[in-house]
Amino acid sequence: MSDTATPTATPDDKTRRDFLLLSTATVGAVGTALAVWPLVDSMNPAADTLALSTTEVDLEPIAEGQSITVVWQGKPVFVRHRTAAEIKAAEAVGLGDLVDPETDKDRVQKPKWLIMVGVCTHLGCIPLGQKANDPKGEFGGWFCPCHGSHYDTSGRIRKGPAPKNLPVPAYTYLTDTTIKIG
Amino acid sequence: MSSKFFENPIIKWVEYRLPIFSFIDHSVGSGYPTPKNLNYWWNFGSLAGVVLAIMVATGIVLAMSYTAHVDYAFESVERIMRDVNYGWLLRYIHMNGGSMFFILVYIHMFRGMYFGSYKEPRELLWIIGVLILLAMMATAFMGYVLPWGQMSFWGATVITNLFSAIPLVGDAIVTWLWGGFSVDNPTLNRFFSLHYLMPFVIFALVFVHLWALHVHKSNNPVGVDIKGPQDTIPFHPYYTIKDAFGLGVFMLFFMFFVFFAPNFFGEPDNYIKANSLVTPPHIVPEWYFLPFYAILRAVPDIWFISAKLGGVIAMFASILVLMLLPWLDRSKVRSARFRPVYRQLFWVFVLDCFILGWVGANSPDAVFHGIPFLWIGQTGTAYYFAHILIIIPLISILEKPKTPPESISAAVTQAAE
Repeated sequence: MSDTATPTATPDDKTRRDFLLLSTATVGAVGTALAVWPLVDSMNPAADTLALSTTEVDLEPIAEGQSITVVWQGKPVFVRHRTAAEIKAAEAVGLGDLVDPETDKDRVQKPKWLIMVGVCTHLGCIPLGQKANDPKGEFGGWFCPCHGSHYDTSGRIRKGPAPKNLPVPAYTYLTDTTIKIG
Repeated sequence: MSSKFFENPIIKWVEYRLPIFSFIDHSVGSGYPTPKNLNYWWNFGSLAGVVLAIMVATGIVLAMSYTAHVDYAFESVERIMRDVNYGWLLRYIHMNGGSMFFILVYIHMFRGMYFGSYKEPRELLWIIGVLILLAMMATAFMGYVLPWGQMSFWGATVITNLFSAIPLVGDAIVTWLWGGFSVDNPTLNRFFSLHYLMPFVIFALVFVHLWALHVHKSNNPVGVDIKGPQDTIPFHPYYTIKDAFGLGVFMLFFMFFVFFAPNFFGEPDNYIKANSLVTPPHIVPEWYFLPFYAILRAVPDIWFISAKLGGVIAMFASILVLMLLPWLDRSKVRSARFRPVYRQLFWVFVLDCFILGWVGANSPDAVFHGIPFLWIGQTGTAYYFAHILIIIPLISILEKPKTPPESISAAVTQAAE
């Protein structure tokens, strides 16, 4: 074998070369993928962005029937002090009428206070309905002007292209009248 | 380029080491044989190339005065408009240049569809062209975000949210695109970086597009292959002068908007600084995205696919499906001049694209003389896909085309008789 520059390949030899080629290519591919990961991951939220991830809200000044919008993680969060009529309307809806079935009880900790992320689940616009003279849609809750999604008084999607209810963020009551979102 | 030019000793010295002059000559000079019957519809490719160069030139200097930060971006654009020398001119050229680029490329593509320029052996040429369109769309979208006006912000929000429709990983992808939990400073920064990068990607694609073009040469209005030297004339001076004339006419059109109606294609809302807590009452994309926006909103819930995912799929499919045209159209005859049925349906398709654009400009729940825009959009979308996926394959089999002329020169001599 050693007396020729290119030894005649035996079946054994061929397998060994294939193995070397394949393993070199595999290690190369995995190595490249590992090297690219820092570039890709650098585009994910940075540590300082992640640090701004909770918001506290004082509920005291919000009168019944009034809503406020607070900012949490750069997104608007709707805090609504619901009227008795709105709570009743939300609780009366049967699950069969809902696109994304969820009872009102599962969406609130105290029925008076509806807290949810005010970002339309279709393409991220901010639904109208926070101000007294805003259009509130056909179900008396919120209406997204971008592509016409209607939300009810529990923030559930009832009509239009949005696929999901307005999401309820994780929050805890610090006292009876303050909450911490996030 | 004359042979005298190539006898110059300096040119010879360079040529021997780097044959760049003959390369240019074979690309756009007297050494590039071109069908002798090209009409003005063949101007739009080179016009688009000129606009690309204008966009890069104005973009480079605009970037020198622009600040990619949420607190300064809007103000820095206003400063360009008011304080930077000729800043208003540069920005208006860049802003309207984007619209011009799309006008030219859309006409260029319709030209290709009418004269069958995508057919064998120019399939790859066509596919690369569709890739250029996609790259242009990405560039235009990110560029529109940079002034950080209300439409910038909400356009960015709506479009990036499209990716949340992807099952399972959608939300993680959107967070990654944003670099946060909403469109914010990290998003603006990366869009600026990518907006600056993309034109170079487009340049590379244009280079490959031209490379493919030069292999089999330009198609032509009769759609018959070049049979010999009698069918061609040198690109230079014949088409350099024709392109130059067309460029003059086009620049009149372009500069009319720059100087007399600079905000014609824009949205007034984009002169309001971005506010993440207030959505404008009516979000509309730039005009060149309107037909696709109409398709996005037209799709209802279908079986287990939500309207949102369905809309996103349909929108991307409406562009990607164009890549299949060379195989969907089975007709051997390229030019619509010899295809009486296809020719009429081509214009119906053009009309359909305009209707979709009109629907995209209107609010989703608006009504036109008692007909909801949603229905018009759904009909238009259905027709768009039907034209490409059903009508084109069917007529390419059923239609009896007229006989095209023997050759390009035969077409010319027949016409003279």
